[in-house]
Formats: sequence, C-alpha cells, structure tokens
Amino acid sequence: MIEVKNIDKSFDDNHVLKNISAVFETGKTNMIIGQSGSGKTVLMKSIIGLHRIDKGRIEYDGRNLPDMRMSEVRVLRREVGMLFQGSALFDSMSVLENVMFPLEMFSSDSKEEMLERAHICLKRVNLEEKSFELTPGEISGGMQKRVAIARAIALKPTYLFCDEPNSGLDPKTSLIIDQLIHEITEEFEITTIINSHDMNSVMEIGDNILFIENGEKAWQGNKEDIFHVDNKELNDFVFASDLFKKVKKVHQKKL
Amino acid sequence: MLMNRVFVLPDRGKMFFRQFPKELEKLGLQSLPIVVIISLFIGAIMTIQTKLNTENPLLPTYSTGLVTRDTLLLEFSSTIMCLILAGKVGSNIASEIGTMRITEQIDALEIMGVNSANYLILPKITAFVVMMPFLVIFSMALGLIGGYLVAFFTNVITTADYLTGIQYAFIPYYVFYSVVKSLVFAFVISSVASFYGYFSYGGALDVGKASTNSVVNASVLILFFNLLITNLMLS
Repeated sequence: MIEVKNIDKSFDDNHVLKNISAVFETGKTNMIIGQSGSGKTVLMKSIIGLHRIDKGRIEYDGRNLPDMRMSEVRVLRREVGMLFQGSALFDSMSVLENVMFPLEMFSSDSKEEMLERAHICLKRVNLEEKSFELTPGEISGGMQKRVAIARAIALKPTYLFCDEPNSGLDPKTSLIIDQLIHEITEEFEITTIINSHDMNSVMEIGDNILFIENGEKAWQGNKEDIFHVDNKELNDFVFASDLFKKVKKVHQKKL
Repeated sequence: MLMNRVFVLPDRGKMFFRQFPKELEKLGLQSLPIVVIISLFIGAIMTIQTKLNTENPLLPTYSTGLVTRDTLLLEFSSTIMCLILAGKVGSNIASEIGTMRITEQIDALEIMGVNSANYLILPKITAFVVMMPFLVIFSMALGLIGGYLVAFFTNVITTADYLTGIQYAFIPYYVFYSVVKSLVFAFVISSVASFYGYFSYGGALDVGKASTNSVVNASVLILFFNLLITNLMLS
C-alpha cells in the first residue's frame, strides 16, 4: 500500500500540488485522473521520487520516501516497476534484452534462470517468441507497451506505476493493455497506480479513482461511485462525451 | 555533481565490462576511418606547404621532413585530431544520451534503481580515454606516411631527404607530451558531451542544441587545456 499525506509541490511560484492525501491500495488498480495540467503527472512523479516534494509524507508500506537517502531510494526502486507513456524501451537492445536488463542488473540468478524468467514475463503479456529478438523500433506501439509491462514485472515488483498506458494506442489494443495491467495487479498482489485521462480505462479497471483538479484532491472513489457523485468538475470531466452521458443515463435508469 | 555520480563503482561490474568493449568499438574503432583519411591528407599537404615555405639554400634539404614530423607530433595528431573528434565523438555521445533523456529511457533506468549516470557515462569516458592515445599515435604514423607518399609520387622532395628529416633529432618526449594531451582531451570531449546529453530536455531540437553546445564547449576547453599543458610541459 502507498499512502500520501498532505503533500505539497511547487515549481518556483507555481503551486502545483496542494495538500493532497490519498491511499493507494494493494491488489487494486488505483487511478489518478484529471484534466491536462491538473497536476496528476507531477503527483505520480512525486510519489515515485522523481520530484522532491516540499511538504508531506509518501509512505511505501510505512517507509517514508522523503526521509530516505539516495542509496535507500535506489533499493526501494528495485521493488518498483514503471510503464512509461512512450514505453521507454532501450533502443539498442532487443525485446528479450530489454526484459533481461533489470534481472541482469539486480538478480543473483543464473543466466538460465534469468532467461526463463524473461520468457515467462514476455509470454505473460502474450508476446510470441519470434518477436523476442526484434528491437523496439521493429515492433508496433501495442507490442512495445507489452514489452514495457514485461520489463516492469520482471523483478516481481511490489509497486507498479503506469503513466498514460493507453496513449497512442487504438481502442482495442488499449483495452487489452488495460486488462493486462488489471490481471497482473490482482495476480501478483501489486499496488498499481495508473495516471490516465482515458475514460474507457477508468470505467474498465478503476478500482480506486483519485480525481485531481487544479492540484487539489477533488474526489476519491471507485468506478461505481462515479455515476452518483455530485461533483460538477468530475462530472464535466468524466461525462464530457455524448457516449459517456448516455452510459450514465442507462446506468441511472437501471438503478 | 554529475561526475560524483559517474565515478563510483558500477552497480554490476559485469554490466560495465559488457558496455566497455562496445564503447571501445563505437567511439574508438569507428573513428579510425576519419583519422586515417585526415591524417594521410594533412601529412601530405603539410609536406608540400613546408617545402614551399622552406625554399631557402641556407636550410638543409631534410628540413621539410623534420618540420612536418614535429608539427604532426606536437600539434596536429593530438590537438587538431582531437578537435575533429570532438565533433564526431562529442556529438555522437551527446545525441545518444540526449535522446535517451527525452524518450524517458534515463528515467526508466532511475526508476529501476540503476545509477544511470554511472551506467551510461562511465564506460564512454573510460573507453574513449583508453582509445585516444592509440588514435593519436596512429594519426602520427599515418601523417608521416602521407608525407612520404608525396615524396614518393611527386618531385616536391626526395624520399631520401624526407626520411632523413623525419628521423633527424627525434625527441621521444614529444610523443609523450602528445599522449598526455590526448588523454586530457579525451576526458574533456567525453565528459562535456555526456553532461550536455544527460541534462538535455524537450524534444529533438533540444537534443540537436545539446549536441552543438557540447562540440563548441569541448573545442574551447581543448584549446584552453592545450595552452595550459603546453606551458607546463614544454616551456
């Protein structure tokens, strides 16, 4: 579980995060949603430690990140997997080498065991063996995301962060990636935090949703609660499209 | 600050020793073609120009070879070659690391708990510092061969005079001086380029700017250190 308590973050005079507190639960897909510029990326980067917060606590199962020394942060990060918006695969390495990289860097397993683990991870994300020797430039965006997920779970992380996992993907592939993240989260009991403004993802896999508005926590709940909440900003954001307005109506009629 | 993170023991020694030969090949061996071409041509041109400027009956006929040799040993093969390599190798390093930065590959390394500065930069600096003296000595030899080819194929100077000139009053210390300079220059080129690449941000245009800045600043620093080392070692 990751718990953030009263965190503030400013860039010069720009107060981006204002007194945010939230709990991100283990085994659930925790989503941070909000408009562009609302501060959700800064929040995620602050939780990971890429931004140093001005005030507050970020507790990874009780371990407060801002109190840690750099060497301790590095050790903690070995428990963290991250899926970047652009996948961030290493261009100079093949698909298999990308997944092997964290294992070779931190695992004390034998070469055979590492290869076996890399194959398991790649097969878990439904990649065929014939693509293992290709470089990231030779595979599609959807496949790159899958490789990035495989790399993120290679070291059996306790925490998984996903920054806009569906960006640049077609709706069908987005759905597959969403389901994959959700399955992996439940299967390996990971604390997953997803930064997204894709409403399909929110409705599909949002176990715990944190809505950020102008750097402040505006609402927190799950995908069922979202239909009944009386928050104008949230409703404007989630039900902006006609399709989602209709979905809301249908849902309310059902009830 | 960056160098504090670079010069620490690698997280995994075997990963460093896997990267190191790749960098030797990429930064050193792949620079050989340009070193060969430029050294041969400059050696040849220098011989012709030196002969032209030493057309004096009072000067011995072997002086052309002597001047060509000393110019190559003292300045061309170390300083000028390093300025050229600042362009080739410096831009290569800055653009590679800069692209990794803007495509979040460096962030990915950091999130994994890898010391990205150490993993990416240390093999480049060490490999280039190791390769540079060989490139410089190779350049010296090729420059002298370029001069010999001029003597052999033209009537600018006889091969006998040229060979006498390049052997006359040879001072081995000049080679040592050049090698020392090349080690410093190699460090300057690779560290400056790594710095600009590592701290680049934005998009492709910014990586281009980082690459240009690294070449310009490394070149200025090379000239500064050239003056400093020459003053220390030769004056």
